[in-house]
Amino acid sequence: MILDAKIPSGPLAEKWDKHRFETRLVNPANKRKFTIIVVGTGLAGASASATLAELGYHVKTFTIHDSPRRAHSIAAQGGINAAKNYQNDGDSIFRLFYDTIKGGDFRSREANVYRLAQISNSIIDQCVAQGIPFAREYGGTLANRSFGGAQVSRTFYARGQTGQQLLLGAYSALMRQVKMRKVEILPRREMLDLIVIDGRARGIVVRDMRSGRISSHVADGVVLATGGYGNVYFLSTNAMNSNVTAAWRACKQGAFFANPCFVQIHPTCIPVHGDYQSKLTLMSESLRNDGRVWVPKKVGDDRDPDRIPEEERDYYLEKKYPSFGNLVPRDVASRNAKEQCDQEKGVGQTGRAVYLDFAEAIERDGLEMILKKYGNLFQMYEKITASDPRREPMMIYPAVHYTMGGLWVDYNLMSTIPGLFVLGEANFSDHGANRLGASALMQGLADGYFVLPATICGYLAETKLAPVKSDHVVCEKGEKQAADKISSLLNCSGKRTVDDFHKELGRLLWDYCGMARNRNGLETALAKIPEIREEFRHNVLVPGKNESLNQSLERAGRLEDYLEFAEMMVVDALQRRESCGCHLREESQTAEGEARRDDENYAYVAAWEFAGDGKSPKLHRENLVFENVTLSQRSYK
Amino acid sequence: MSNDKIGLTLKIWRQPCSHSKGKFETFHVNNISSDMSFLEMLDVLNEHLTLGGKQPVAFDHDCREGICGMCGAVVNGQAHGPEKGTTLCQLHMRHFRNGDTLVIEPFRARAFKVERDLVVNRSPLDKIIQAGGYVSVNTGGAPDGNGVPVAQDTAEQAMDAAACIGCGACVAACPNGSAMLFVGAKVSQLVLLPQGYPERAGRALNMVAEMDELGFGNCGNERECEAVCPKSISIRNIARLNREFFKAALFG
Repeated sequence: MILDAKIPSGPLAEKWDKHRFETRLVNPANKRKFTIIVVGTGLAGASASATLAELGYHVKTFTIHDSPRRAHSIAAQGGINAAKNYQNDGDSIFRLFYDTIKGGDFRSREANVYRLAQISNSIIDQCVAQGIPFAREYGGTLANRSFGGAQVSRTFYARGQTGQQLLLGAYSALMRQVKMRKVEILPRREMLDLIVIDGRARGIVVRDMRSGRISSHVADGVVLATGGYGNVYFLSTNAMNSNVTAAWRACKQGAFFANPCFVQIHPTCIPVHGDYQSKLTLMSESLRNDGRVWVPKKVGDDRDPDRIPEEERDYYLEKKYPSFGNLVPRDVASRNAKEQCDQEKGVGQTGRAVYLDFAEAIERDGLEMILKKYGNLFQMYEKITASDPRREPMMIYPAVHYTMGGLWVDYNLMSTIPGLFVLGEANFSDHGANRLGASALMQGLADGYFVLPATICGYLAETKLAPVKSDHVVCEKGEKQAADKISSLLNCSGKRTVDDFHKELGRLLWDYCGMARNRNGLETALAKIPEIREEFRHNVLVPGKNESLNQSLERAGRLEDYLEFAEMMVVDALQRRESCGCHLREESQTAEGEARRDDENYAYVAAWEFAGDGKSPKLHRENLVFENVTLSQRSYK
Repeated sequence: MSNDKIGLTLKIWRQPCSHSKGKFETFHVNNISSDMSFLEMLDVLNEHLTLGGKQPVAFDHDCREGICGMCGAVVNGQAHGPEKGTTLCQLHMRHFRNGDTLVIEPFRARAFKVERDLVVNRSPLDKIIQAGGYVSVNTGGAPDGNGVPVAQDTAEQAMDAAACIGCGACVAACPNGSAMLFVGAKVSQLVLLPQGYPERAGRALNMVAEMDELGFGNCGNERECEAVCPKSISIRNIARLNREFFKAALFG
């Protein structure tokens, strides 16, 4: 199969307009005859559901939560980018496009990223019209800030809760359509399989998480907006219920999975403090604007930080990267923190942390000024750690945060299964090998409000779909398979809990498929994952039954998928013998020990086809063509 | 981080499903690190229960950073526990002492049905939003974001109200099981901003009517809701809702 991204011809700036004009439309009176299933209610899923319903389609929306408002988009803190150039500081659509494609280390598609930058402005207008309380200047205009090292101020924000406010905006729009009976909302339902009939996505198999009832729902198109897979590492900044199940089961039905090894590790999180830990909390990286990162120079120095004199401290980022200092990009900051800890210079109880020190900034600008900027973050840190960053340095460590990889989609956001569309973090399309700060919200809403509603009509208008019912033989088979999977988990009666296995998998991936990778480590992981999976299948202990709310069973099903998916992730990492975006491939470094990208051999998207249980997945390459930007190596020296 | 270890007695509400009877069950947990969050303490209990062949305690949770609104239980009579302005997931065990007994119950209210153990059905809150908690604007064709100026302090006040996470603690804490703080917060956010202004009358009337319909009680000025709200949302929002409601009822 040759991957066709269906990128429209013509100049970059005109592709989207041209494509929309050339896309066939569905007659307004006919739209209500089409049913579309949307799985997930984060920014992408909620905005897509609401917009499709406004256009007249019949929409059925599924969420694993008790309410659509719980999706993890809600936890995004920083903001949302747009190329409004309200600050008159030289921003433009092309600049946002360029920054995003460069930030992604030239591993994303020009056409998709340019479209994202074009749409960014309409998103802000839409969100303002919904009554989202964005931060304002004294004169009443929208406020902006510079974010994640961007040289322009293009980030719109609502305090430190931008994700929450944008999600509640999309949720409100969705609730309005539910009230108008255009959307049927089905909460606490987990998608367990994709129904593919005659080669097209025609529905999903779901489990009602309260009653255990498994049923099929059929439609004319299926939209997955089910988020990322960061939880494969067990510890991450993702929500506890975030999972790869929907995407993975679609992959097993024939949807290719692209770049699964592209995972973003965020440098400023609160460190791990014990085996019982369930998740990692992100601290905004704006802290690095004023905080200085250091470790003791001496290995194993366990004195309190205030007892370590200035000359015995190693401000390693400032020393190594004099021009960027503490503001080096996320991957560089993360990798160096790990390197220091690997050299046993890490601090805190576990030795897996570095200091982020505000003493000098407080001395320079005064405590009041620093609290004005970071007061809420200091409070959050103190609440969790019981340590006061005004008096002693914070301790930080990198944590898994976002996954750039996802199901492969073409320009229309359609996967390799016709009729299956994938939005937001669940697809791979816009962030390449690294995502810029404040761009996740932008992509989720661009996909849901503007891209999918414009492209799905082309598919529906051009495709002759035979009517199907939920008692179709394929549905029955899917239901039976899902039920069998559940019974085998419940009947296993082993000796280890689900979380115990999950932690084992997580540690393995963190050690060998984290921010720095090498062939030996990846091969070790590749040998070990099937062993863990085998043991899981024979030795997992899942209490309770299917016919009631059973959270252990939910977790077990998700982990089973992670145990399969993890292998694809490592296989992908193994074949990409270049350092790129968020990860360092140790075999691919410059003389100075910095990441070296290999455009000659790896300027492609790796899309993996599931080849059957226990078989190695098959690689398909989508070569990336750059006509509007010049590829450059990053340098922060 | 101090890392002291404590032991606790837990009395937890157990109820297999919504139509069965529930009861308290007592457990003892030891070696609880003071750096653990309350939910991590429950994780530890559940691992023990599972390995001991017993049913783990069901509780809702997701983001574990205090923003999704999924978690929540009543701890020793207080929704989300003893710390002010804190969700259950952000409550840490250093606030308890060795030997303490904790009584842990679900959020109880006439409108919230217990699904299992500490899990309740809060979808009535979604129904209230469906009655009018939005600006009726379709995607596309919105005017430029800077087209309508909003005074900075107005935006800040709207944001104070919009910070609601929909956890339902206010309802659980209210002697009348009222959702007035929840409704007041949404009505306030939208009436303060020019975008929400045109629909103000219908919104206040419809959301309150829906709240009544779903079995939530009325506000009795007990202020319990404000006291337990993890986002410290002020009851001034209830006053604003009352004003909006009466204006709409009298003048349309």
